[in-house]
Amino acid sequence: MHDFGYHRPTTLADAAAALESAEDGKLMAGGQTMIPTLKQRLAQPSDIVDLGAVEALTGIREEGGALAIGAMTTHAEVAASDLVKARIPALANLAGGIGDPQVRHRGTIGGSIANNDPAADYPAGCVGLGATIHTGKRQIAADDFFTGLFETALEENEIVTAVSFPLPGQAAYAKFPNPASRYAIVGVMVAQTGDSVRVAVTGAGPCVFRDRAIEAALSSNFSASAVGTSSADESALNSDIHASAEYRKHLIGVMAKRAVAAAGG
Amino acid sequence: MPTVTMTVNERQVSGEVEGRTLLVQFLREHLNLTGTHVGCDTSQCGACVVHLNGDSVKSCTILAVQANGGKVTTIEGLASGDALHPMQEAFHEHHGLQCGFCTPGMVMSAVDLLSKNAKPSEKEIREWLEGNICRCTGYHNIVNAISHAAQQGDAA
Ligand SMILES: Cc1cc2nc3c(=O)[nH]c(=O)nc-3n(C[C@H](O)[C@H](O)[C@H](O)COP(=O)(O)OP(=O)(O)OC[C@H]3O[C@@H](n4cnc5c(N)ncnc54)[C@H](O)[C@@H]3O)c2cc1C
Ligand code: FES
Ligand code: FES
Repeated sequence: MHDFGYHRPTTLADAAAALESAEDGKLMAGGQTMIPTLKQRLAQPSDIVDLGAVEALTGIREEGGALAIGAMTTHAEVAASDLVKARIPALANLAGGIGDPQVRHRGTIGGSIANNDPAADYPAGCVGLGATIHTGKRQIAADDFFTGLFETALEENEIVTAVSFPLPGQAAYAKFPNPASRYAIVGVMVAQTGDSVRVAVTGAGPCVFRDRAIEAALSSNFSASAVGTSSADESALNSDIHASAEYRKHLIGVMAKRAVAAAGG
Repeated sequence: MPTVTMTVNERQVSGEVEGRTLLVQFLREHLNLTGTHVGCDTSQCGACVVHLNGDSVKSCTILAVQANGGKVTTIEGLASGDALHPMQEAFHEHHGLQCGFCTPGMVMSAVDLLSKNAKPSEKEIREWLEGNICRCTGYHNIVNAISHAAQQGDAA
């Protein structure tokens, strides 16, 4: 790891200023992806701006029919939150299934979505629940936020401040984890609110996506037996030592069924 | 170079570090607390687990500067004098180690588990150890040791 200048601002304005004035500054949340990236010299920033002391990025609040979760909230905090467990238990479950306890104690929702790992859990949580991503300057619908492999709609130096999740009618997340890392080989978030059903898939492709065929099937009959098969184009799915594209496509249907059953359908 | 000050095993310490200095390097190389091990250096194995502000964390994946002002407990901070901590006693009693390389991290993870869940089931213990790898024991006696420590009731 190369050395860097280290900054620990306490306000969002100071964090933005530190980032702007750095030659090649990078944000750090818990460092659970950033530190391994620095060790491998995949990134060699001149400066690191640590968000760990920015009070405004913490906390979980219920406001206007949604849960707003600060960007620096750890996976362990989301998993243990009485408010999240009561309002969106699917989200508490998702957070509690990330990695291992030590990763959950440091890794954050903001860092996870900004990184947009193709096998990360939160992208499916955000898209499936129809979340809104709040940044220092605007609000972005989750459908527009995750744009590709490790790519998001974030502009240079844009800071995620919070994610707000509208309260669903029923929702559940099911994942088939890689047995070593716990990252998703396939993970599916299913949410039903009124007449609308959203089905978001992570792990299967280069970026989270909605499975429109399963959404349509569940919109007319919200039950596990109605799930049917995924509409995903197999040639666009991931294929690696862990699972072939064909197997991943199959898992989308299986995980969707498990999620619908867990959501009471 | 940044100066960090933190409480390690109830002692106030400070030192000059680089931005890139890992917490585990600060513990082992600056403070000579070599009980915390480095197995993988890639946040997989859990040999480096310590407590930071009451939570178990992988000290190979935290910068020393991120722990500035914090409260750290390492394996050296568990025993009182010659009296082993009840979790260390349980690992000893139930043969929860062979080579011992993973043991400091295992014990620190286990103590954190009981502080959050005083009476975990066997399944909960095994799930909690997701981030701790042991190449010797097959885990069985580690899980046994933690179960027994939980039954004794003073190992959190
Ligand atoms: C062993 C291991 C197992 C894991 N298993 C899983 C798993 O099963 N499922 C899963 O989903 N994840 C998993 N992860 C990833 C984990 O969830 C981390 O949360 C994730 O790596 C992000 O880490 P972080 O929050 O510490 O962010 P950092 O590593 O600090 O930052 C990640 C990236 O986001 C940027 N960033 C951080 N905060 C912000 C912000 N507020 N605004 C804009 N940009 C920001 C940083 O600049 C950096 O590019 C695992 C990680 C490890 C080490
Ligand atoms: S040395 Fe830190 S997890 Fe292996
Ligand atoms: S006792 Fe040898 S690695 Fe666990």
